[in-house]
Amino acid sequence: MPTSPDEPDPSAPSAVGAPAGAPAALEARRVVKSFGGVHALRAADLLVRPGEVHALMGENGAGKSTLIKLLTGVYRPDDGVIALHGTERDFRTPLEAQTAGISTIYQEVNLVPMMSVARNLFLGREPRRYGLVDLRMMNRLAAEILERYGVRVDVTAPVHSLGLGAQQMVALARAVRTDARVVIMDEPTSSLEPREVQTLFDVIRTLRDQGSAVVFVSHRLDELYEICDRVTVLRDGRTVHSGAMAALPRMELISLMLGRDLVAAHDGRVTAFAPDRSQRQPAPDDAALAELLPAGRRGRWGRRAAGPGDPGSGTTGSETTGSSTRDSGRAALSVSGLTDRHRLRDVSLDVAPGEVVGLGGLLGAGRSETAQAVLGAHPAAGTVSVDGKRIRRRNPQAAVRAGIAMLAEDRKAEGVIPGLSVRENIVLAALPRLSRAGIVSTARQDRIVEFFMNRLRIKASGPEQKVQDLSGGNQQKVLLARWMCLNPRVLLLDEPTRGIDVGAKAEVQGIIDQLAAEGVGVLLISSELDELIEGSDRVVVLRTGSVVARLDGDEVTAPNLLAALAGEGAEGAEGAEDAEAAALGDGSELGEPEASEPEASEPGRGQSESGGPEPGGADEGEGNAS
Amino acid sequence: MSVRTAQVPAAPRLSPEGLLETPRERWIRRAERRGPLVVLVAVCAAATIASPSDASWSDVSSILGNNAFVWLLALGMTFVITTGGIDLSVGSLYALGGVLAARGSASGPWLAILLPLVVCAAWGAVQGILVAYGGMAPFIVTLAGLLGARGLLQALTNQGSTTYLVPAHSWFRHLGAGTWVPVGIVAALFAIGWVLMERTGYGATLTAIGGNQDSAVLLGLPVARAKVLVYLLSGTLAGAAGALGGARLGSGVTTIGVGYELTAIAAVVIGGTLLTGGYGTVGGTVCGVLLLAVIHHLIDRYLSQYGSAMTDAVNGAFLAVVVLAQALLERSRRR
Repeated sequence: MPTSPDEPDPSAPSAVGAPAGAPAALEARRVVKSFGGVHALRAADLLVRPGEVHALMGENGAGKSTLIKLLTGVYRPDDGVIALHGTERDFRTPLEAQTAGISTIYQEVNLVPMMSVARNLFLGREPRRYGLVDLRMMNRLAAEILERYGVRVDVTAPVHSLGLGAQQMVALARAVRTDARVVIMDEPTSSLEPREVQTLFDVIRTLRDQGSAVVFVSHRLDELYEICDRVTVLRDGRTVHSGAMAALPRMELISLMLGRDLVAAHDGRVTAFAPDRSQRQPAPDDAALAELLPAGRRGRWGRRAAGPGDPGSGTTGSETTGSSTRDSGRAALSVSGLTDRHRLRDVSLDVAPGEVVGLGGLLGAGRSETAQAVLGAHPAAGTVSVDGKRIRRRNPQAAVRAGIAMLAEDRKAEGVIPGLSVRENIVLAALPRLSRAGIVSTARQDRIVEFFMNRLRIKASGPEQKVQDLSGGNQQKVLLARWMCLNPRVLLLDEPTRGIDVGAKAEVQGIIDQLAAEGVGVLLISSELDELIEGSDRVVVLRTGSVVARLDGDEVTAPNLLAALAGEGAEGAEGAEDAEAAALGDGSELGEPEASEPEASEPGRGQSESGGPEPGGADEGEGNAS
Repeated sequence: MSVRTAQVPAAPRLSPEGLLETPRERWIRRAERRGPLVVLVAVCAAATIASPSDASWSDVSSILGNNAFVWLLALGMTFVITTGGIDLSVGSLYALGGVLAARGSASGPWLAILLPLVVCAAWGAVQGILVAYGGMAPFIVTLAGLLGARGLLQALTNQGSTTYLVPAHSWFRHLGAGTWVPVGIVAALFAIGWVLMERTGYGATLTAIGGNQDSAVLLGLPVARAKVLVYLLSGTLAGAAGALGGARLGSGVTTIGVGYELTAIAAVVIGGTLLTGGYGTVGGTVCGVLLLAVIHHLIDRYLSQYGSAMTDAVNGAFLAVVVLAQALLERSRRR
C-alpha cells in the first residue's frame, strides 16, 4: 500500500508519548512479525502509560490481534522490542506474560464450558487447604467476586449454562483478579448487553484509578470515546497514529483506519467496475451454456434460452434479461427484519435484479452476519424472499435452492476444497442437479468446466489441477464459477477481492458487473471503500448490527459513506466541514421509518439463545495472519 | 441528496435473573451427572426383585473379585478421555503387566510389583510425549502402542510358549487373592483418582485441556506436561492392573486383555464422561464399570444358553443408548 500523505511518521508514539521519566507500563517498539512470508506487523509501536485506558484501533488485517498476541507471549516478535515498565522483556509463553503482570481477555470467551463457574474463575490458581483444592472457599470467593461484577449465579453450575455476557464477565473477573498491572481486552464488549458494558466500564475505571494500564480493543466508536484516554491506530501492520482520544475526531479516526485520504477526493477510478449501471455488459456467450446447465428453474441462462414467450418460463418471475432489468418491480432479494441477538437488529434491505447493493460498515458492524443470516447459516428472526417468494425453512440448503449463492469471506475455511481439482471444485455444488439417476455425465461436466475456465479466465494448467496450487485470485474465480453453475438469482459476495492480486481483482470486479448485467441481484460486502463506492448502485450502511444509513445513486460517495460509518449523521458532523456537512445538511428525510423503528424484541428470545455461537465480531475476526 | 439516518435502538436489557440457569437446564445438568448412578441402582433393584433368592453374597463376591483389577483400566481411561484423548494401549499393557509381574516374581515380590509398573509407566510416558510434543493423534499413537506392547509380550514369552509362574509361596499372590484385598486396592486407587480429578489443580487442567485446549494454553496452564502425565498415569494403572491380575491368576497369561481397552472406553462413556473431552468424573466411571459388570453377570446367569455373544450385544446396545441420551440432553440444552 502506498504511503498516503496523511500518514504520520511511524515513530509518532514516542513524540506524543509519555513525559520523560515516567516509564511506560507497556511498550512495543517497531515490532515486526510475519507468518510464512506474509507481514502481519511491519513496524508497530504502542505505548501505554500506567493509569490510562488505551484504545487500539485498526480494520481487519491491520495487525491488532497479532500485536496483542506478541504482547501476551502467544507469539514472539521477529524483530523489535517489547518492554514492561521500562524493562525489555521476551515472553516465551502466555504464562510468562501473566506472571509478569499482563492479563488478557481474548476476543473469544476463553472458558472451559463444562467446568463450574468457580473452577473456571480460579483455574490454575485454586485456593488450597492441606494441598488440595478448597472447594468451599473457592465457591464462596467466586460468588463474592462475581457479585462485584453484577453477576449473580450459582457458581457450581457449569459455565456454559450462563449467557454469553455473563461468561464474558467471568472471563473478565478472572483476568482482572490476577492483580494485573496491565490488562489487555480484545473486544470485550462484543457479547455484552449495554448494562453489562457499563459494569465493565466501572471495572476499567477502577483499574485505571489503581494505576493499571488498560489496552482496549473495540469497534464501537461510542465506547471508545467514552472510556479511552489515548488511541493508537494500526493499518497494514504499521502504527499510523497515536495520540489523545479526544483530540481525534471520528471522521479522522475512520479515515486513518481505512487509509483513505479525506481531503484528496478520488476523481480517478481505481476499480474495474463500470462507472454506471447502464454501462454494464453481460457476457456474450450465455446461450452456449444454456444447453449445458440443467433446465433452469428460475435461472437466467435457462430463461434466456427458452425465450420470454415460452409458457414454461413465463411464470418464473419478472423478465430480467440483459440490461433491461432496471425497473422490474419485484426484488430479486428482499430481506426484512433480520434480528439476531447481539448481532443484528432489524436489518431490512432489497436488491433488485441486476442491481449491486453494497453493504457498508466497520469491522463488527454485522455485514458478514447479515449475509450469513440471509443464507440461513445461523438462526435469525426475519424474512428472506427471493423473487417475491418467501423462503420458509431458513437454512443454507433452502436458500441455495431458492437461488441464493454466497461467496464466503474466508475462502480457505468455507470455500475451496484445496485437495480437489479445479473441475471437482467447480461442479461440486451443481452435481445434484447435473446427475440423472445418480450418474453424472463426465462429458457434460467437462463442457461446463471448460466454459467457465474460459469465461472467467481461470489460469490453471488444466481442469485436473488441484485448487491448492492456484493463486488466490484464481481460487476465487473457481468459487465464483461454482456458484454460477447454479444459476443464482442472488449472489452474496463477502469480501470477494480480499487477498487477491490486482489483475485478478479487476477481473473479479468485471465478472460482478457482468453478472449484474445479466440480471443477478448482487449484495456486495467490501472493506475497501473504493470497491464499495464504485461497484455499488446503492449502499446500505450498518453499525452495531443496525441499518444506520442508505445511500442511493449519487449519494454513494466517499464523504457520505465515511460520515455514515462514523455515525455523525444524527448529531451533525463536527469534524467535517465541507462536502459531507453539505451532504448531511439537506438530509430532509432523517429517520427512515423502517430502519428507525425500535426493535420489536421478542420476549423469551433473550436468554434462551445463550448457547449460540460466537458473538458478532468474532466471525469477522482477523485471520491468523493478523 | 440525502443521507437517511436512524437511531440505533437499545438492546433489550436482561435482569440479573436472566443469567441464571433455567430450571429445565438445571434438570438436564443433574440428569447428566446422576444418570449413571440412577441406572445402576435401577438395574440392581430390578435384578433383586426379579429373583431375590439369587442375589446372594457369592454373586457380589464374584462380580467384585474377578473384575476389580480390570476396572483400573477404566480409571486411567477416564483421565485420558477427559483431556479429549484416547488410550488404546491399555489392554495390551494389562497383559504385558501380568507377564512382567510373573517373571519378576521369580526374583522377589518387590520386583514383581516394580517391573510392570516401571515398564508400563515408561510406555505410557513415551506415548504421552508423542501426543503432547510430537503433535500426533492419540488414536494413532496408542494404536501403535497396542500393537507394540503385544509384540513385546510375544517376544518375552517366545510366542507364548514360555509361561512364567508366580512362586507358590510368594506373598505377591496374596495381593490378588479373595475378594477384599483386590477390592480394597482398587477402591483405594479410585479414591486417589477421585481426589486427583476433583480436588487438585491437575484435575482442573485435564478438564480444561479437553474443554478448550487453546484457552488452556492461553491461560498458561501446563498443557503439554499434563498430557504426558495423563498417558503415563493410564499406562501405569494398566500395568498395575496387569500385575495384580497376574497375582490372582498365579501366572502371566499372554492371551488376556484383548479388547479390554474398548470395554474400558465403554465403561467411561456410560459413566457420563464426554468422549469429546472437557467433562469427566471418576464417580461416573465407578458406576459405569459396576453397571457393565452387573449386566455381564446377569446375562451369564440367566441367558447363558446364548453364550457371551449376548453380553456383547447387550453392552453394545447399552452404550448406544447412553451416547444417544447424552446427545439428546446436549441438544435440548442448546435449544
